Amino acid sequence: MSATAAAAAPRRRKGGGKVNTLPMVAPSVTLLLAFSIIPLIATVYFSLIRYNLTNPAIHGFAGYKNYLYLFKDPALYSALYTSVQMVVEVLVITIGAAAILASLFEQRFPGRSIARILMISPFFVMPTVSALIWKNLLMHPVNGLIAWITRSLGFGVIDFFADWPVTSVVLIASWQWLPFAFLILLTALQSLDEETREAADLDGAGPLAVFFFVELPHMGRAIAVVTMMETIFLLSIFAEIYVTTSGGPGDATTNLTFLIYKRALLAFNVGGASAAGVIAIILANILASIMVRIVGKRLDV
Amino acid sequence: MSLRAKSHPVAGTIAWLASLLMFFPIFWTVLASFKTELGAIATPPELIFTPTLENYTEILSRADYLSFAMNSVVVSFGSTVLALLIAVPAAYAMAFYPTKRTRSTLLWMLSTKMLPSVGVLVPIYLFARNVGLLDTRTGLILMYMLMNLPIVVWMLFTFFKEMPKAIIEACLIDGASQWQTITMILLPLVLPGIASTALLNVILSWNEAFWSLNLTAHDAAPLTAFIASFSAPQGLFWAKLSAASTMAIAPILVFGWFSQRQLVRGLTFGAVK
Repeated sequence: MSATAAAAAPRRRKGGGKVNTLPMVAPSVTLLLAFSIIPLIATVYFSLIRYNLTNPAIHGFAGYKNYLYLFKDPALYSALYTSVQMVVEVLVITIGAAAILASLFEQRFPGRSIARILMISPFFVMPTVSALIWKNLLMHPVNGLIAWITRSLGFGVIDFFADWPVTSVVLIASWQWLPFAFLILLTALQSLDEETREAADLDGAGPLAVFFFVELPHMGRAIAVVTMMETIFLLSIFAEIYVTTSGGPGDATTNLTFLIYKRALLAFNVGGASAAGVIAIILANILASIMVRIVGKRLDV
Repeated sequence: MSLRAKSHPVAGTIAWLASLLMFFPIFWTVLASFKTELGAIATPPELIFTPTLENYTEILSRADYLSFAMNSVVVSFGSTVLALLIAVPAAYAMAFYPTKRTRSTLLWMLSTKMLPSVGVLVPIYLFARNVGLLDTRTGLILMYMLMNLPIVVWMLFTFFKEMPKAIIEACLIDGASQWQTITMILLPLVLPGIASTALLNVILSWNEAFWSLNLTAHDAAPLTAFIASFSAPQGLFWAKLSAASTMAIAPILVFGWFSQRQLVRGLTFGAVK
């Protein structure tokens, strides 16, 4: 299969010269180029000027001032810390649970495909819905289901969003992203060949040994991919915070994304928000370059 | 004998318990949508109750609900069609006529997807405001098309790559034109791939909640924004929230069940198959 493909490749490439592919590729490339470069330059430009949407008296070149204010502002560090905390906690929860669940779903049991559908369903629930049903129906301190359960068991009531705001957002995000991690790790695990498993069986490896020494290493690449993808998405958690805590109490659940939103669309401080935007872009770029390297290795063009 | 040849009761029990736990919030929401407002906030929770359709009729009779729902439909399907029109030729060209630059072009497309939306929020917002695209369906369609274009190109590319090259070459040798080859041979073959790409794109656009919350106010606001309006602190309308949520997630949930296999390919850019 790969041998014929390799043999066909140079021939196709030679013949490919006759077909002009530029008009087919150009629209996508032009659009994406415009969409990624122009706003990027604009963000950098805005970050260097004094610009407030509500106050035209504030204008002119600011140079590095916006950055200076930003770096002096404790809110930035608190937002960065919250971003990292949310990402790391959700990653640990989702990948840990997904690896175990993927291993369990590799076993045969009755109704496996139905169970899998139930398991992945939360991924398709829109973020505003998942945040609000968790906040109200489940985690509400008076009428919520969890409050009723803990009260009935005599543990008292947890006021999730007042006492554990970050944990609450992490919990909701984990519920949304566990299916994603699970689905990808399960797909990766299904490519583990039967012979390796049988060899492990014959050697007398128990289920735990199979999980740690056979399955987990096999999922390594997929875990790297999930980590990168989830990190990109989780750094941008927005709707969940928007509808549950609005970044509070205080600044407790304000991550970098929410900080920029507050600066830009609530305080109309374009300059300051753009400076923070540049920092978000730099952070994401570092992650993106790692991701591109991982994916690039597998890409056969 | 292989371990996996027979049913594994312990693994099965844990897996089923975990699945039920994960699905429970959705089940609980659907249940609450058939309760009265008083029943929905009752403690201990109502398990046996007379189901009512009151919440659904009330939500549906609100004049603006249908406008929110229509916005969701128009925006997610509109952006999907637009993205496919632009991406299919690109993916076709890159899969069948790769050049020296194809690999770097694809990887570059992937890297644009990594740009955090919030980093470009300010210029996009100001641009949309200045050209009158703020709070319009067109604005949101364009936004989602651009946002998902890299995923669509990538996913189509991986499908096209799997097509047997020999068939295409045979057609061309037999004197069929490029166009005939594409429409009569290739298209039917890749239709399932295009369909799952479209499905994923609809799902992602339907659930998108950063641009929809920031670029729309009322006229073009989709269901994500409608549901967000329930976060207002006045009054607890849990039953109505549940009914609205159930209607907002039901179609996409079904779409998701059908596309679960292809989803992995789309969301990992072919890195995990």
